[in-house]
Amino acid sequence: MSTTPLLQVRDITHYYGARIGCRDVSFDLYPGEVMGIVGESGSGKSTLLGCLAGQLAPDAGEVLFDTRSDGLRDTLKMSEPERRMLSRTDWAFVHQHARDGLRMGVSAGGNVGERLMAVGARHYGDIRDQAVDWLGRVEIPADRVDDRPTAFSGGMQQRLQIARNLVTGPRLVFMDEPTGGLDVSVQARLLDLLRGLVREMGLSAIIVTHDLAVVRLLADRLMVMKDGHVVETGLTDQVLDDPQHGYTQLLVSSVLQV
Amino acid sequence: MTEYNFAYLDEQTKRMIRRAILKGLAVPGYQVPFASREMPMPYGWGTGGVQVSAATLVPEDRFKVIDQGADDTTNAVSIRKFFERTAGVATTEHTAEASVIQTRHRIPETPLSEDQILVYQVPIPEPLRFLEPRETETRKMHSLEEYGLMHVKLYEDISQHGAIATSYAYPVKVEGRYVMDPSPIPKFDNPKLSDCPAIQLFGAGREQRIYALPPYTRVISLDFEDYPFEASKADHACDLCGAGDSYLDEVITDDQGGRIFVCSDTDYCRGRREAGHQGTQAQDAPMTTEARA
Repeated sequence: MSTTPLLQVRDITHYYGARIGCRDVSFDLYPGEVMGIVGESGSGKSTLLGCLAGQLAPDAGEVLFDTRSDGLRDTLKMSEPERRMLSRTDWAFVHQHARDGLRMGVSAGGNVGERLMAVGARHYGDIRDQAVDWLGRVEIPADRVDDRPTAFSGGMQQRLQIARNLVTGPRLVFMDEPTGGLDVSVQARLLDLLRGLVREMGLSAIIVTHDLAVVRLLADRLMVMKDGHVVETGLTDQVLDDPQHGYTQLLVSSVLQV
Repeated sequence: MTEYNFAYLDEQTKRMIRRAILKGLAVPGYQVPFASREMPMPYGWGTGGVQVSAATLVPEDRFKVIDQGADDTTNAVSIRKFFERTAGVATTEHTAEASVIQTRHRIPETPLSEDQILVYQVPIPEPLRFLEPRETETRKMHSLEEYGLMHVKLYEDISQHGAIATSYAYPVKVEGRYVMDPSPIPKFDNPKLSDCPAIQLFGAGREQRIYALPPYTRVISLDFEDYPFEASKADHACDLCGAGDSYLDEVITDDQGGRIFVCSDTDYCRGRREAGHQGTQAQDAPMTTEARA
């Protein structure tokens, strides 16, 4: 693992009017590392993710990203074209609902190809070959390449969304409840797939979820949020096996045992 | 004649439209919003083109109107009469004689010159509209030059039809900057947009947008390296005038499957026939094309 962090987050604070969205959140993310953020609904984890991914403007703080071309840059101070460029090359965002992250009126191949075309690919044959290759990697048969996502099951849509995001070889992936709304066997296969891709591509990822099993499987480190604050942080196994904060203890003990 | 101000619109409105036109010419391909007026014709019948023409015309102008290439279709006839009555300008059907040409869905076959203005009627000025319904988002995409989505549409065409099936309103890039909808002209006409000596103005009345191409602007049709742009037309020669290089309409002549191909540009076709060119059906076909309207 490299010594320079890929992402340095400093005192990110976001208010919704007088209410706290998230407050004074700081952490470092190293290349190849997967960070989990857990907490109950309304704890500020999606707000935080939105601030990091440039979808919300935080009221205070810095998000420093180690860009390929000119090193460490504060993404919040970047111009919008620069930030958008970053978000379709080095970054990826996997939405909870595949519908938010896919173009439902465009074929699977077109969905995967969009990011390639957005960064300047203009050779149909190459784009299509890459699309088929990526569909294969997320276990979607090649003969479905011209079908629209509306004809796909929920799990397939989610896998298509992942393929669409990873096709440009991003270094940092933001995931908002990637397994939400899927049944457990589909969840398991998706997690397997994600784990494989993260290892194989050396991706860094920030995963927001309320499902502790997901972070147990995927995340190296864990951050627990409550009421907009980070209450506990540490290695995933350590936090889950030996929770220190009262809320984390409650969270861990609330998991249903089958 | 005294009932109307020259060319129907009041002077303040024409100034407002001229300002939009000038801005459009200064930023080729950029859609300039303007306060489109109610015109005495329904939206979709060329209200944008009519307002641009009204703001462009001067009493010395000679005005021509074509609808899908033809001078004698309902839309063309009524707009020509409208300006005959409200502006009292001379009109013509000859492309070369006209100083202002309002067109719906065609560019004349006869090459235009530097002292001419071509005014297009535009139904939907936003080329990204069917890919991204939000105006706020499409404006942002234009300002940030995010045009990857336009190629997604062409990709979809090829994956479904084996070729770029978009045959009209084919998206173009203007001077390497703005992606523009050339109005629903057949893609056969796209090459004529580029490096054209005439001023080209586009008016969308319902959508309240004006955009423009100054003379000699570089206009490139979008495509893929392995599926290059192709200006297609019916693989036939005109049955009336024998022209092999003009855009053709297919006309059904009876219910036994009989059909002929004729130039969609009626002025061009007539000019060729008057010069003695003949197609295979020249004798028994009518000189005008009213029958196919």
